[in-house]
Amino acid sequence: MTAAPSPVVSLREVTKRFPGVIANDRVSLDFFPGEVHALLGENGAGKSTLISMLAGVQRPDEGEIAVDGAAVAIASPRHALSLGIGTVYQHRMLVPTLTVAENLMLGAPWWRRPALGGVRARFREAAAAFGVSVDPDARVENLSLGEQQQVEIIRALWRGGRLLVLDEPTAMLSPKGVEELGAMMGRMKALGIGIVFITHHLTEALDFGDRVSVLRGGRSVGGIAPETLTALPRADAMAEVVRLMFGTGLASAEAAEGGAHVPRALPNTKMLEVVGLSGRSPRSGSSFEDVSFHVRKGEIFGIAGVDGNGQTPLAEALAGQIAATGSVVLDGRELGPANVALRYQLGLRYATDDRNGEGMVGKLPISTNMVLKEIGAAPFWRRGIERRAAIDAHASALFAAHDVRAPGIHTPVGRLSGGNIQKVLLARELSGSPKVIVYSKPTHGLDLRNIEATRRRIRETAEAGVATVLISTDLGEVLALSDRIGVMVRGRLVGIVENGPEARLEVGRLMAGITEREAA
Amino acid sequence: MPPIFNEPFLAALLTGAIISALPLILAGLGEQMSERAGVMNIGLEGMMMAGALAGFAATLAGLGVWGGMLAGGLVGAAVSVIMVLFCVRQGMNQIIVGIAITLGATGVTSLMHNAWYSRTYPRLDAAEKIALPGLSQIPVLGPGLFTHHPATWAGLFVALVFAFVYRQTFLGLNLASAGEKPDALDAAGIDVTRTRSVAVMVAGAMAGLGGAYMAVIGSGIFVPHMTGGAGYIAIVLAMLARDRPLWVVGGALLFGFCLSATTALQVGGIEVPTDFIQMLPFLAVMAVLVLFGRNARLPRALGQPYHRGQR
Repeated sequence: MTAAPSPVVSLREVTKRFPGVIANDRVSLDFFPGEVHALLGENGAGKSTLISMLAGVQRPDEGEIAVDGAAVAIASPRHALSLGIGTVYQHRMLVPTLTVAENLMLGAPWWRRPALGGVRARFREAAAAFGVSVDPDARVENLSLGEQQQVEIIRALWRGGRLLVLDEPTAMLSPKGVEELGAMMGRMKALGIGIVFITHHLTEALDFGDRVSVLRGGRSVGGIAPETLTALPRADAMAEVVRLMFGTGLASAEAAEGGAHVPRALPNTKMLEVVGLSGRSPRSGSSFEDVSFHVRKGEIFGIAGVDGNGQTPLAEALAGQIAATGSVVLDGRELGPANVALRYQLGLRYATDDRNGEGMVGKLPISTNMVLKEIGAAPFWRRGIERRAAIDAHASALFAAHDVRAPGIHTPVGRLSGGNIQKVLLARELSGSPKVIVYSKPTHGLDLRNIEATRRRIRETAEAGVATVLISTDLGEVLALSDRIGVMVRGRLVGIVENGPEARLEVGRLMAGITEREAA
Repeated sequence: MPPIFNEPFLAALLTGAIISALPLILAGLGEQMSERAGVMNIGLEGMMMAGALAGFAATLAGLGVWGGMLAGGLVGAAVSVIMVLFCVRQGMNQIIVGIAITLGATGVTSLMHNAWYSRTYPRLDAAEKIALPGLSQIPVLGPGLFTHHPATWAGLFVALVFAFVYRQTFLGLNLASAGEKPDALDAAGIDVTRTRSVAVMVAGAMAGLGGAYMAVIGSGIFVPHMTGGAGYIAIVLAMLARDRPLWVVGGALLFGFCLSATTALQVGGIEVPTDFIQMLPFLAVMAVLVLFGRNARLPRALGQPYHRGQR
């Protein structure tokens, strides 16, 4: 890189306030041409506000945004585009029933007739320059999410954009899509386009970023310059970023990944025993067959496997949501066809990964959601009449104990962030006297701080004697938390491994071994 | 062949089919545009009824057939302003407001009929027909299909205009975007509220025209409840036709034929209970729904109010 290029866009002491919060507090950042600037922060660190100011949706209260060194007031999204700042949001902003070319033309005066020919040619040109192969006449709904994103990137740079703002661009992509995005960014860098890569995944920031800056609580708390980043070993870079993101609360990168497994001595009481369980989800059609395992009191039994290998229907069958054949014994009692409510009362709890769907009723207040599985039961209902006071008292206690961040217990759950919804869900499932709890992908979609809090909660409840089944597709998580690990492949539990130094290899071998045999 | 199926009978059957179909075509095309832009206009029946009364009154007052049609269209559009204000601007529930419009229009038109016409039951002169040269000479089809008031041809022409607008103009793209992904349209700098308002008012005007056609050209009288569910059939047609205006025309002709057959069969004195004959058009709706309904794909944002910044 040549000596000190000047930034395309600079934020100078930018401050943005909303009623009761300072979303951005004197943030100063420089975005250079031909450089990927990874902007890292947790949910609520002020990333979205920063984007909306760059995109012209909001204006800073104080400070200024400079383009090519000259301060400008970005008045509208169109103005931002004409200044060369294009934004691609996390959620797709294309009309699914129109073609790619039609989407690119949207916004012209209504009486005009679309001139498709020119747009097609320009699109092909741009696509070739960025190494993208998307048919301009394809209907958007027939494209993959990755291709749609590529179209949006091209649209963002359509009018000669020089700075591309990508908001959580990998959130909805397949691994292949992420790879393609990486290649596309490489080409754009070569063309001198600056990229702002916003993410809350630390590893992604380091994978893609030439420069990393960290936002915390609305402030820019520091970062790593390109020279340092290339010189620094990855582990050190990660430790530095973690230090910036969390201050001194979390000491190491390993803590962010869930901490190391410590072998524990466990009592020999079988709290949950599953024998020859088979079932099939009528909703998704996926199934599991002949699954047998047991979980001791206080033990964490991890179930690893690639998503969609029967873990979800297994969890649903354990919770009593779908019918299954075989035997489930809870603390010496055969459950048979017991339904969800009865299993809940007996102490078998299920924390679903579908938090917003089957986990919570978004429109109902936190208080009602806390007793969602006990509707009609004493002391919250008496002779069919709801007893508000009892529900509220119960909910308030859980609200405080689980550190739910919300205005109050009557706030609708739908207004909470993912991390807080998870807290409400866990509060409900862990209340009373749980004996067994089944977690399904408990940290999926959460930011680092909430991931850490959830994992700590899982450990604490297990240490308090709850037998735990931890279903997760994140192998690191399973290895960090579990005492023993079962591996599921195509609906079958293909092996159980004692956690230890060799466990990662062993689990990997089990996951791959069967695949090879099936392929042969 | 029974004696009633003679040439004049068949010609009358076809004439009736066209006359019954036209209100469905007009209202259906309007509803199609409204739905395309994401607004479910359940008040269509009410707008038709208001248009029928307005058209009838205007023609009776001496403004002629075209004056009546114009009045019907204007009043239909005026009624649809309620939908624009409450649903498009305020984001209220489209179904509820639509039902309210239909109930309200039914009441008001009945009341006005009672006040103005219940003693005299005035009747308009039959609207003048023109026979298309050449085509109208064909036996049965000539008098049946090609001898109509020019407003009839204008109605069919509108379908072609709409088809052109949807396929060939930015207005068509804007309408489709407003119904599928309003945020994307907004981001492109087009006012979603304005786009939807225009679509809803076009729907109102078209429904009003349909109602006026019914009263002024079709029957020459106005009676309460005279639309008799045509507005709802038009909604069904619009949904089944999705984004193809010519399908609305085809469907409307099918139902028009059934409606006409009901009248013709009753007049012809066929030995089938009247109640059964009157069920025909609705049986046809059900049959079509069963056959084609499962493939109907409605705009994703249909019925959802748009507020900037919400998803």
